[in-house]
Amino acid sequence: MSGRAAHIMFPLAGTAIILLVWHYYVVLFQVPIVVLPTPWQVLQAMVQEWKVLGEEAWITALECIYGFALAMGIGIPIAVIMTYSRIANQMFYPLLVASQSIPKVAVAPILLVWFGTGIKSKLAMAFVIAFFPVVVDTATGLRSTSPELIELARSLQCTRLQTFFKIQLPSALPSIFSGAKIAVTLSVIGAVIGEFIGSNEGLGNLLLTANSQLNSPLVWASLTVLSVLGVILYGLVVVAEKLLMPWAVDADLKH
Amino acid sequence: MSGSVTKDAKGAGAPAPFGRVANVTKTFNAAGQPVVAVKDVSFEFRKGDLISLLGPSGCGKTTVLKMMGGLIPATGGLLELAGKAINAPFPGVGVVFQAPTLMPWRSVLGNVLFPMEVLGKNDVRAKARAHEILKLVGLEGFENAYPRQLSGGMQQRVALCRAIIHEPSILLMDEPFGALDELTRLEMNDLLLDLRRVTGATVLFVTHSISEAIYLSDQVVVFSRRPAIIVKELTINIPYPRSSKTRFLPEFTDLERQASVALGIVH
Repeated sequence: MSGRAAHIMFPLAGTAIILLVWHYYVVLFQVPIVVLPTPWQVLQAMVQEWKVLGEEAWITALECIYGFALAMGIGIPIAVIMTYSRIANQMFYPLLVASQSIPKVAVAPILLVWFGTGIKSKLAMAFVIAFFPVVVDTATGLRSTSPELIELARSLQCTRLQTFFKIQLPSALPSIFSGAKIAVTLSVIGAVIGEFIGSNEGLGNLLLTANSQLNSPLVWASLTVLSVLGVILYGLVVVAEKLLMPWAVDADLKH
Repeated sequence: MSGSVTKDAKGAGAPAPFGRVANVTKTFNAAGQPVVAVKDVSFEFRKGDLISLLGPSGCGKTTVLKMMGGLIPATGGLLELAGKAINAPFPGVGVVFQAPTLMPWRSVLGNVLFPMEVLGKNDVRAKARAHEILKLVGLEGFENAYPRQLSGGMQQRVALCRAIIHEPSILLMDEPFGALDELTRLEMNDLLLDLRRVTGATVLFVTHSISEAIYLSDQVVVFSRRPAIIVKELTINIPYPRSSKTRFLPEFTDLERQASVALGIVH
């Protein structure tokens, strides 16, 4: 089988096997629908409730995107400051690391008090959980700039801004994107946590509501849409990476 | 490049040297302890010359090179280029490192044009010159390739082009061919001599290869182990252009022997 076909066929076959095992497990052992619906029942729920699912997914998606954008928009400048100011680094970096020992879920009720039950508290939660990897990866990327390139810049009497924008920032891009990929995944988790703690909309809320009504096909349908949402958001970051770093795409193609 | 100046400098009775390193010392601080890296080093060179700094690895010859580029300050002594003292980076320096150190996010052309861009001279003429020198080093047709798509030797050629695009008054090369395989290295030696002939560039070349130093240079400055002091200065009077046959000339072998003795390899 050619590489490309294998790339598509094998994951599909794997998924099909899992779905079949799932289906026959439920049918053979007569598992009640409340405990575990069949894949077919989940699909039916998705088709029947597509409108609700779509609307709630859109809300959750917005929470994730805003939270992710905040994490990037605030995380990258913080990493830049930490990298170039020793004082700022020494004053705040230990604090930043220590803050990560706080379980993020525990912060959710506070955010709820601060920002209310609307979209704001959700994107705040998504931000809180997604922001740290952005800072760490960006800082790592900025620090790993080749010393020789810096020396080249010095020999050409580059200004600090030129050195930053023409050498250090592009050098850090691969790291920034690996941070972004983690952050986008975490932002989905953050948004759902936010919806669990207090909300009347979004996929997380739909999932909770369906669960309390013992409507497990809809629970599983929400879960499925949620994972599709996560994959799409991750895919968007990958697309952005390929657009901004065509030189790395080329390297991938060589494999 | 101004070839006439070269003639003047070489023709006049007792001309001031183009470059001068006088009693230069460099002391580093390593964990509170002062370490003398370079001790009382003096040598001179003419415009258009190729001078090799030859010595064992880590002996401090790279430090001399960096001081010449104004990248690190000397602890004592004086460095001069074209009558001006050097103590900070100055316009008109080209550098080539052991690794190609290209920017992976820029195309070959983008890498070569980087100095022009920083110096605010990235115009049509700069592009034309970039194409011209890329052609000279045999990279015609690779202008839009990314560095990763090139071999190590090709990448180093790009680095060479980047170092000369802005017509620097001095080209500083820090073991530029040290990481290449022997055949590529020989090829690059000839390429460097070609480039120098065309551009008239003055080159300071750090190497730990005796034969490379002699093959390339007008003058070889031999350094001892750390702290670097000059143990021998060799003037290479073998006429250019040099070729593979040069390496088998009796003078060449004799110079190799002299350098080896100075380095303490042969007694």
